[in-house]
Amino acid sequence: MARLTINGRSIELNVSPSMPLLWAIREQAGLTGTKYGCGIAQCGSCTVHLDGAAIRSCVVPVSAAVGKQVTTIEGLATGSTLHKVQQAWLEHEVPQCGYCQAGMIMAVAALLKDTPKPTDADIDAKITNICRCGTFQQVRQAIHAAARA
Amino acid sequence: MLTNTPRLSRRSFVIGTAAIGGGLALGLNVPLGTSVVRAQDGSPEITAWVVIRPDDTVVIRIARSEMGQGTLTGLAQMVAEELECDWSKVTTEYPTPGQSVKRKRVWGDFSTGGSRGIRMSHEYVRKGGATARTMLVQAAADGWKVPATECSAANSVITHRPTGRTTTYGKVAEAAARLTPPADVPLKDPKDWKIIGKPVKRLDTMGKLTGAQVYGADLKLPGMLNAAIKDCPVFGGKVKSFEAARIKGMPGVRHVVPVGDSAVAVVADTWWEAKTALDALPIVWDEGPNAQVSSATIAETLKAGLDAGQAFVNNQNGDARTAIAGAAKKIEAVYAYPFQNHAPMEPMNATAKYTPDRCEVWVPTQNGEAAFAATTAASGLPADKCEVYKINLGGGFGRRGAFHDYVTQAVLIAKQIPGTPVKLLWSREEDMLHGRYHPVMQAKLTGGLDASGNLTGLHIRLSGQSILTAVFPQMLQNGMDFLTFQGLHAKGDFALGYTVPNLLIDHAMRNTHVPPGFWRGVNINQNAIFLECFIDELAHAAGQDALAFRRKLMTNHPKHLAVLNAVADRAGWGKPAPQGVHRGLAQMMAFGSYVAACAEVSVSGGDKVKVQRIVCATDTGHAVNPAQIERQIAGSFVYGLSALFMEECTVKGGRIEQENFNTYDSMRIAQMPQVEAIIMPSGGFWGGVGEPTICVAAPAVLNAFFAATGRRIRTVPLKSHGITMV
Repeated sequence: MARLTINGRSIELNVSPSMPLLWAIREQAGLTGTKYGCGIAQCGSCTVHLDGAAIRSCVVPVSAAVGKQVTTIEGLATGSTLHKVQQAWLEHEVPQCGYCQAGMIMAVAALLKDTPKPTDADIDAKITNICRCGTFQQVRQAIHAAARA
Repeated sequence: MLTNTPRLSRRSFVIGTAAIGGGLALGLNVPLGTSVVRAQDGSPEITAWVVIRPDDTVVIRIARSEMGQGTLTGLAQMVAEELECDWSKVTTEYPTPGQSVKRKRVWGDFSTGGSRGIRMSHEYVRKGGATARTMLVQAAADGWKVPATECSAANSVITHRPTGRTTTYGKVAEAAARLTPPADVPLKDPKDWKIIGKPVKRLDTMGKLTGAQVYGADLKLPGMLNAAIKDCPVFGGKVKSFEAARIKGMPGVRHVVPVGDSAVAVVADTWWEAKTALDALPIVWDEGPNAQVSSATIAETLKAGLDAGQAFVNNQNGDARTAIAGAAKKIEAVYAYPFQNHAPMEPMNATAKYTPDRCEVWVPTQNGEAAFAATTAASGLPADKCEVYKINLGGGFGRRGAFHDYVTQAVLIAKQIPGTPVKLLWSREEDMLHGRYHPVMQAKLTGGLDASGNLTGLHIRLSGQSILTAVFPQMLQNGMDFLTFQGLHAKGDFALGYTVPNLLIDHAMRNTHVPPGFWRGVNINQNAIFLECFIDELAHAAGQDALAFRRKLMTNHPKHLAVLNAVADRAGWGKPAPQGVHRGLAQMMAFGSYVAACAEVSVSGGDKVKVQRIVCATDTGHAVNPAQIERQIAGSFVYGLSALFMEECTVKGGRIEQENFNTYDSMRIAQMPQVEAIIMPSGGFWGGVGEPTICVAAPAVLNAFFAATGRRIRTVPLKSHGITMV
């Protein structure tokens, strides 16, 4: 048993503490915006925030999230108001297939929290998610746009 | 129903049996005769492509699959252009394959590959829109008792010009739907287009920003169980035995079932439980006859084909062998291209529900009809008892088009648990080990130059796999796989852009037990490297500029030349590059479009390559949505350069060695070059977009790398030469 706080909501889960947080989010909490891509923290599709920091939830056990705030893509917007990263993504039409974009957006939101005006070098160092459609050119433009917003 | 609505959230994808089951079916009771066909919500269908709701919402049917490439928006633009509707009121939906069968393929081909989405359906989807517009105008005219010729339509409003009276599409839709469709409605002149050719926003962005868009892997159905699977890692092998009893007590485990004769699946309450139990399941494989095959043995087989006497000749003029033998200078080089996995971000998956009376499948697919065929075959049920619902794809790249092995597996599992929906999701490892790989190919290129450095003879000998032999053998032409020669044909959508007085291009087919498949670009990828790097070698041997050397061979190919000139001009070819930056060129024709690239790279330490910039030009004939074409160009370069630098599936013990992104890497944002797109549609034809440009990135970069280092790399990937992308 584990009690998690996801997007401000407290949830009691009947899971093994060693289960990756990703699968608790997807299959127990039912929030499927967070994606499975590799299971070994390579691709970043599963990126969520743990107390505001970006983590790759496919390799973080549920036990590590107990007592902390988990934020997923579903909890990023404030009501019907998109987060500034989502808004920039909309204006720059970043997604293609979109599967990796939840993880990408969560990684960028965490970057902008720590580094409100990132340089291209900051982006290169901190945003390491894989996107097979290859949206990187729009991702970079949208990050700078979000930083200006 | 997969409905993309710009601003109406109530029609967004709702999870539940109503939306997933019945809601996906269109016009469930298709009447005979002239009575109205209705969509699920009761709104009338004007033509098969257009439903108009009373509130003026325009629902456009899309038969092809959206997998990120923007075809859904592009196809909607084509219908809306002729329909003269208000673009802000447009939404889309996928008809189902089962309905297509019932309605005699009224929506045409569902297959979404080969960059065909728009270029192979532009005429009939525009006619679908034009016919609907004509019927709506006629209905309004009938209501006013005036001639239709006095009425015109724009922005979903119909106006009677002499009196200024107006009405809307929503108001006349019911009457229009009762009219007999006119036979042959003319299409607009391209110069009058208002929506085609404009960079309108995609219709499907919002759900991808909030986590709301449901992909196949995300599907939830009432009572659904989850399955994880292991197929024999050696292609052609089988399951010998497995010890289900060892895992039956593990949390959540409900069933342990064989799948065909080569796989085992664990079905559990959650996928994580299924995968955990599957990892603990002892399985003994019968690895079959291919257990000793390796990359080295495959390479030897292909190498033998380079000099084999027998080969399929596809493009020939003059006498290349004699011309080369008598040339003042003879140049020869051998190139090679490896197996590569598609590795879409969303691993393969399908959800199936089977009863003896009905089989339903929910699947992210590039080809709903092929998924439907797999469903009927695996279920053993007739077509009228099967249905397939297309779910959003997390990437396709060819893996989800011709192949529906995951659908077959899902149905075979569901058949063993009748009445219970089962979602089968492959692990990344399963996805890497059971691809339909980019074919492996070698090439020997031999060229002859005269004393003035003119190319007098060229022989390109390909040796390697045939996709058609493995996938669609009925399409072979007297045994020859014409797709192997993409970009090297004498004419057509994949025409060679050079005229060589003595030319021979042939293929020694050498197939392997590793299954090949269509892949973004597929055979243009290696053919562009072979051709365009070797042309560079010839120019270098002739002591000539790479652009000038090409231009001499391209006088009969003005459209090929135009895109090449465009990138050379924009990049400043012939002018000094920035300090430490070196340039390379490539051009090709593929899928009906002309493409060229000029890459700028800098190299540090001899092996750390920074691709600074790539200028790309494409002549697609008509350019439906330039903003999406730009994105496809940049995206195709990520796919193509990842393949060039990082990707190889090696074979050992009959199986693929790379199991995840830690050994099969993909470009990150830090490695992304600046991509500048020149979209230069010359009109009069419809070329593809999703794939053509992928093939020019790699040879342009390789040629620039040679310019920088004097080192000619002839085998992919560059990581095997110690060369990295920074």
